[in-house]
Amino acid sequence: MVKPTLAPGTVIDGFRLGELVHRGGMSELWLVTRPGDTTPLLMKVPLIKEGADPAAVVGFEMEQMIMPRLSGPHVPKFVAAGDFSVQPYIVMERIDGRSLLSRLKELPLPYNEAASLGAKIATAVCALHRQNVVHLDIKPSNIVFRPGGEAVLLDYGLSHHAQLPDLMQEEFRVPFGTAPYMSPEQLKGNRSDPRSDIFALGVLLYFFSTALRPFGEGETLRAMRRRLWRDPVPPRKLRPDYPPWLQEIVLRCLEIEASWRYPTAAQLAFDLGHPDQVKLTQRSERLRRDPFTVVLRRRFNTDLTQPRRKTDVTAQLAAAPIVATAVDLAADVSLNDALRITTRRILATLPAARLACINVNKVHRLAIDTTLDAGGHSKQVDRLVGLRHWAEPLKLDSARLTVHVLEGVDPADAIVEFARANRVDHLLIGARDPSLMRSLLGSVSAKVAAEAGCSVTIVRPLRDD
Amino acid sequence: MLIALFADIHANRQAFSACIDEARANGARRFALLGDYVGYGADPEWAVETVMSLAGNGAPAVLGNHDCAVSDPRETMNIEAKIAIEWTRGELGRPARDFLARLPLTASEDDRLYVHADASNPRGWGYVASTADAARSIQAAHAQVSFCGHIHRPAVYSLSATAKMTAFTPVTGVPIPLLPGRRWLIVAGSVGQPRDGDPAASWLMLDTDKREVSFRRTPYDIDAAAAAIRAKGLPDWLADRLYRGT
Repeated sequence: MVKPTLAPGTVIDGFRLGELVHRGGMSELWLVTRPGDTTPLLMKVPLIKEGADPAAVVGFEMEQMIMPRLSGPHVPKFVAAGDFSVQPYIVMERIDGRSLLSRLKELPLPYNEAASLGAKIATAVCALHRQNVVHLDIKPSNIVFRPGGEAVLLDYGLSHHAQLPDLMQEEFRVPFGTAPYMSPEQLKGNRSDPRSDIFALGVLLYFFSTALRPFGEGETLRAMRRRLWRDPVPPRKLRPDYPPWLQEIVLRCLEIEASWRYPTAAQLAFDLGHPDQVKLTQRSERLRRDPFTVVLRRRFNTDLTQPRRKTDVTAQLAAAPIVATAVDLAADVSLNDALRITTRRILATLPAARLACINVNKVHRLAIDTTLDAGGHSKQVDRLVGLRHWAEPLKLDSARLTVHVLEGVDPADAIVEFARANRVDHLLIGARDPSLMRSLLGSVSAKVAAEAGCSVTIVRPLRDD
Repeated sequence: MLIALFADIHANRQAFSACIDEARANGARRFALLGDYVGYGADPEWAVETVMSLAGNGAPAVLGNHDCAVSDPRETMNIEAKIAIEWTRGELGRPARDFLARLPLTASEDDRLYVHADASNPRGWGYVASTADAARSIQAAHAQVSFCGHIHRPAVYSLSATAKMTAFTPVTGVPIPLLPGRRWLIVAGSVGQPRDGDPAASWLMLDTDKREVSFRRTPYDIDAAAAAIRAKGLPDWLADRLYRGT
């Protein structure tokens, strides 16, 4: 079959080409329309000529396999694909929003703004990982924001799908990626670790908050390999007012060993969304890079430079959930004890899980609420203290525990919203004794169980009859 | 159209009938049979009759090494397989033996090739156990997609336009797109004697419209299959391994 010439007005499988909006090294992007379809559409056409980079072909095949399987607001909606026998293309939704690339001239961004962008991107990365995909090319030009604010990740040509053949891995023994953002394990040929995207997001956060790339822009393999043993200059050395909590987060993302980074993008998004609850370690205080002796040890530690086994994406996510326990501080001791026992049982098997203890301060719709009690104490602080006291017997490392007092007219709504916004995987909540109040007002736990988007465990104390 | 493919049934009536039922319930309109209908299991006559009936309705069926050994005692096999085949020979009636003796080594349909083992020498019964084996088989196949069994462990191989091979262990139930730019070898698991650690019966569903293949697992009544093996006086070991899927 004859290949159609691509020009405005050309029709391919019912899609009429409009303006050519981008021509890159590996592909062209065209605006396209289809009769009866009002959504703005984009056609991606790979540039495949005689002697072209075989990676362009394989990258396009990967994208054709992966994109139709993705869903949700953080990916462009897949519309159609054409194969190599006539004209290869992918038609997808055109995101009407701003690319992160357009903000490079504004760098460095204010810290809070960088963190808020980072949280949105981490949320998108989390959504992708939950669909078994590691992006492996997280960088500003592959991120756009919808008008509603959600980050959308573009370009799946280098991505790895844990449940599909990895054509890139098998065909090319050299690492593919974008030099400044590539993780140490990616350089060593491991394409299956979701924490590689967390590393790239760390590079992006560092860059957006300091205007400098943590590992420079070197594109040679030699320059890139230096990150296998050389840690970046701590941001606080570059900007004395750099917040310790942000340095803690950024340097944790940039750990050379993947197991020292955040275990999941959801946990990273959680910390970016709760700066006041970030557990500060020695990382947050660092003003200089690791001493030469440490670097030398890493440099000649063959274990670090060896390629690693394949990572199981699903297992990595399942091992590090965010668990939230809703504690009613006024409830019966026996109920709160039972809640603690169940929480402990879940956390015991999952050392990378974190626990958010939540309590709802019920506010009234009409009356003016005072934040102080009759004795002049802050109710908020009292509740935070109460939550920490409840969690104390769990003996959790403080990096795994956070406490939150929410406000809401309806406690169930507040809990459900917290779980949604923080990508909580598992909610635990106590059931109250059947009582007149519950039958009149409805049960909080029943409403949470019905409306939460995650697993909910309803806990009752042991029966004594 | 949905086509269900079955390999290495090995006279396991319980597993085979469970897979056929599930395939039909999931919309399979056609079947293809990749050899080794007998050997190891307790119901060779039933298995061959079922294959004959599917073949009578148009399902392509190819010869496996155990099927071949029924009529050709020169076929080299390990001792367990030999014991089972000698017993099987006595169990099969003339029509079943004639049917097996007439089976082809390969069968083709559209752009697909069906074969029991390595397609580069179908009568040699070579295992496709590595990327190198798969490359040899794909190059000999002259089809865009070839299907085989024999090794009792599911695998997917592809050969790109630039002559690069990829290997992949499929995930149950996740369809794999058979991209047209490359050639594929799909190695089916075993219906009647899985050896990949999962005792459930293993088979394939091919969607010719979407050009996708998915690997399926169907649980079946292992107790009944194992009891039948013991009742027929076959070695206990053949019954025990069904529980382990090894």
